Amino acid sequence: MQLYLPIAEVSVNIFLILGLGGLVGVLSGMFGVGGGFLITPLLFLAGIPPAVAVATSTNQIVASSFSALLGHLRRRTVDIAMGSVLLAGGLMGSALGIVVFNWLKARGQVDLLVELSYVIFLGTVGAMMFVESLNALIKSRRPGARPKRRKHYWVHALPLKMKFRVSGLYISAIPPLLVGLSVGVLAAIMGVGGGFVMVPAMIYLLGMPTKVVIGTSLFQIIFVTGFTTMLHAVTNQTVDIALALLLIAGGVIGAQFGTRIGARMKAEQLRILLALLVLAVCGQLALGLVLEPSELYEIQPVTAQ
Amino acid sequence: MIRLALLLLALASPARAEEIVLGLSRDQVAITATFDGSDILIFGAVHREAPPPVNADPLEVVVTVAGPSETAVVHRKERRAGIWVNTDPVTIKGAPTFYAVATTGPLDDVLGITEDLRLAISTSRAIRAAGNRAFETADHVAALVRIREAQGVYRLQEGAVDLDRETLFRTALALPADLVAGNYTTRIFLTRGGKVINSYETVIGVRKVGIERWMFDFAQERAPLYGLLSLVLAIAAGWAASAAFAGWRR
Repeated sequence: MQLYLPIAEVSVNIFLILGLGGLVGVLSGMFGVGGGFLITPLLFLAGIPPAVAVATSTNQIVASSFSALLGHLRRRTVDIAMGSVLLAGGLMGSALGIVVFNWLKARGQVDLLVELSYVIFLGTVGAMMFVESLNALIKSRRPGARPKRRKHYWVHALPLKMKFRVSGLYISAIPPLLVGLSVGVLAAIMGVGGGFVMVPAMIYLLGMPTKVVIGTSLFQIIFVTGFTTMLHAVTNQTVDIALALLLIAGGVIGAQFGTRIGARMKAEQLRILLALLVLAVCGQLALGLVLEPSELYEIQPVTAQ
Repeated sequence: MIRLALLLLALASPARAEEIVLGLSRDQVAITATFDGSDILIFGAVHREAPPPVNADPLEVVVTVAGPSETAVVHRKERRAGIWVNTDPVTIKGAPTFYAVATTGPLDDVLGITEDLRLAISTSRAIRAAGNRAFETADHVAALVRIREAQGVYRLQEGAVDLDRETLFRTALALPADLVAGNYTTRIFLTRGGKVINSYETVIGVRKVGIERWMFDFAQERAPLYGLLSLVLAIAAGWAASAAFAGWRR
């Protein structure tokens, strides 16, 4: 069944878009990533113009993240205090990131920088997570292995200590603020919600339990993507509600399934899967940079006259 | 009425020996929610006062349909330090979002180069005529045409126009599903021996209607409200799904 999208100005198959939304929704619920790094390229493949795909996917992420967040709230796996601190840092970071982005754009080659930072960042994060969670998985299989003691870093000596009850942490507010800030900068430059960066940062830098991390990441993603959707709608008029509703219909249902799948899995298994996903996206991007393209020219439409 | 007037006009101007009288199966295309492409029949007749010239080159017909124009930036990828980067951006003005050329025979045979230069008929000539300097942009224009031909929005359909007894011609044009709204300029040329002896121009209007029109206008004219609405819908849908699945725990 075909539907003509009023903003994207293309005709799409309804079931294809529903399916795409559902797939990303499952991932969103399982891992607490918004899925922006996945849905946008998938929409390109479905023939949606890039500007519309980017703007509309942020709107879809709001819906699927909210659906998944409610699931996590019911299970009490959201640290709202931590989420708020991260969000505060994130919003500051976004503002800073937009300044940096415009500065880079004025100097040209911003696309290349975005892709390179994607590859480096995803590669590092993915590889680290993969090795760590594989080790954890092997250890947990071995009978009689002692549970690892919580380590104390310099992070724990900073002032402005706050109690993060759900995470079971009593640490300074400065590290989460900084994590939020740097993810905000990255998110603004790379044009994504930043869940795939935020989740590992919360696990490894802040030492939060994996199950709490996902709900907390979702909490913060909703606000960041909501803000981005408004920006796109007002400045570029590229949010396609018809497309968003189709993606959402698939996405919110997928997110519910994802939350339940996530709740049944071990933390190490979840982390290893997310690591593989991140590495796969990284590898795909890296190939695109290194392999000779079949078409050496590329068209970027500017304005309709 | 207009056609009758044209006919009278044609009769009244003896300087032109052969004139086009055109018909369109439709001159408006409405884009609705279920739009998935549209076929337009372009047909007409060659009106003559005298019998066709003896020993003259055969009559040929060229039909072009051009969608709304846009400015596009075309990059060339180059390998630098092992990585393919975009280099050499060229801004191409007036690149149509859709361009179809249909002819009675091979384009090179039915249309002379000078006539193509003068009237900007073939796809690359039409783009160059929009104010792009040929020397600097030749490779990039060629790439633009090549990519869009592969996408099916630029087409050259040689032999797609049927011409009957040098008088009646017709061609069917399939407009794609991803059609940009706007005015589609349709031109018909009669040629003999590569020279254009008569031409005719008309416009096919492609418009969004109903809910498509309403949503597009809403997004353009009340952008903040539209943005808020899309967020409210997203949150509501997220909540609805969560509530619907609330009974099914673990």
